Amino acid sequence: MTKTWKSFQPYALALPQTLVFLLFLILPILMIGLVSFWQFNGYAMVREFTLGNYSDIFTSNVYLTTYLNTFKYVLLVWFFCLAIAFPVAYFLAFHIQSQSLQIILFLVCTVPFWTSNIIRMISWIPVLGKEGLINSLLMRLNLVQEPVTWLLYSDFAVVLGMVHLYSFFMIAPIFNSMMRIERNLITAAEDLGASGWQILREVILPLTAPGIAIGSIFVVTLVMGEYVTVRLMGGGQSASVGKLIQTQIGSLQYPLAAANAVILLLVTLILVVGILRVVDIRKEL
Amino acid sequence: MTKRPLSFYLLAGFFGLFVLFLYGPMFAIFLLSLQGEEGNLTFPMRGFSFYWLGQVFQEQRVGSFTESFSRSLVLGLAVVVLSVLVSVMAGLAFRSQFRGATLLFYLTISSLIVPSVLVSLGIGITFQVLGLETQWFSSGLGAHLTWTVPFAFLIVLGVFNRFNPAYEEAARDLGASDAKTFWEIVLPLIAPSLIGIGLLAFTLSYDEFTRTSLVSGQDNTLPLEVFGMTTNVTSPALYALGTLTTLFSFTLITLAFFTFRFFSKRQVE
Repeated sequence: MTKTWKSFQPYALALPQTLVFLLFLILPILMIGLVSFWQFNGYAMVREFTLGNYSDIFTSNVYLTTYLNTFKYVLLVWFFCLAIAFPVAYFLAFHIQSQSLQIILFLVCTVPFWTSNIIRMISWIPVLGKEGLINSLLMRLNLVQEPVTWLLYSDFAVVLGMVHLYSFFMIAPIFNSMMRIERNLITAAEDLGASGWQILREVILPLTAPGIAIGSIFVVTLVMGEYVTVRLMGGGQSASVGKLIQTQIGSLQYPLAAANAVILLLVTLILVVGILRVVDIRKEL
Repeated sequence: MTKRPLSFYLLAGFFGLFVLFLYGPMFAIFLLSLQGEEGNLTFPMRGFSFYWLGQVFQEQRVGSFTESFSRSLVLGLAVVVLSVLVSVMAGLAFRSQFRGATLLFYLTISSLIVPSVLVSLGIGITFQVLGLETQWFSSGLGAHLTWTVPFAFLIVLGVFNRFNPAYEEAARDLGASDAKTFWEIVLPLIAPSLIGIGLLAFTLSYDEFTRTSLVSGQDNTLPLEVFGMTTNVTSPALYALGTLTTLFSFTLITLAFFTFRFFSKRQVE
């Protein structure tokens, strides 16, 4: 009796969490797949099979442009997140000797992530706006005669906003990888006469690669489905797949939105698999 | 004291600029929300007062801040209880080997990297197909759990990894049952981390927007209300609201941090 309970126990304990994800993650995604083959009669969805939603998407130029624009955001945000996260994590991991200072500085980078994304985006208005801090500074220095208008409500602002929101997702895994590097390896490389640059390229960079991969997966998936930043920071012409889905739901076109979501999920999965093929992250998990 | 290389100063400068980039804008709206009544959305500051902070609680100026705040509060508390319960149970399961453990692990992680808009759309569609009405406390709650449980679960795994099984073995040797061992030995030892996990889950839920956006039903949670305000509020009240909720989050994070520290200190002793 006790024996059977013992072997059954882990399953009972794991059940609630399994249910949460089956009900609120797997079932909803399956439903999206199902509804994407349904028809839309102008005001509600009709349970009749059609491939029309997909053929609409694949034959329209609007979707192509929107996807290309989303990829542009992904690429730019990924690049800037990496360009910021690597030096920041490197500084924390290798230049700060005191452990408590290390923790404090890492927390300084972490804290904004736990606050509201929307508020963080709104905070850019008084900085980047037409009468914002940057423009008034530029005017006072006589660098420009007219306020610069592309600072806010533009693709520039969208990318800036996303880097602001998501750089943490790159810093944390890279910092984690760097902290695991055996310091002896670096001393050994130094003893063998490697320059600082060589150590960085041949010792630290390969050992940090899994962290970079994990960070990249986070940033890429977050930006692929991004909609809030595009709405708040982007101008009228800034488009992303997330925003498109949102607009279609606004006009109750659920089947079309679902088809778009299916494609978004597939594209995101392909990107994630691509990253995983380049770098092996298993050691990190 | 060895002389620091040039790269240290360059990187320190870079780090400083990054921190400014992170906190500068937040500090800007913090200052602007302390303006006088004639205040505006941009610098320079016009006067100094707590007028706009007070305006946040005035119904007619910025919609129903208090109602959506209390909704977010209740929802956050429900999310905390469920996240902690679910993730601790799963964490206990993961201490022994069972079939499907790897699958459940990847299922949990995948919830973090599925684009949020998909979760929201999916739950919304599911409710519609099943003929249920979306509400912040049903569909909204589910959407929040897909975001908070993975974080809670990962921290719980870390806590149990560092957990010293000697205490439990001692209790068992003295004849305590599994349940008794859990309630009297394991739970008191992990309780402070659970408080920390709860606080983090709360801030995640309290600030969650995208996953909730399509499934909150008729009544908005606070972030949804704030998002609505961005289009039609053009006074510093918006900044004041931002300042207040950010301070609220900061307080919770500080509390979480100190409970974690309290816990790790006690473990060492």
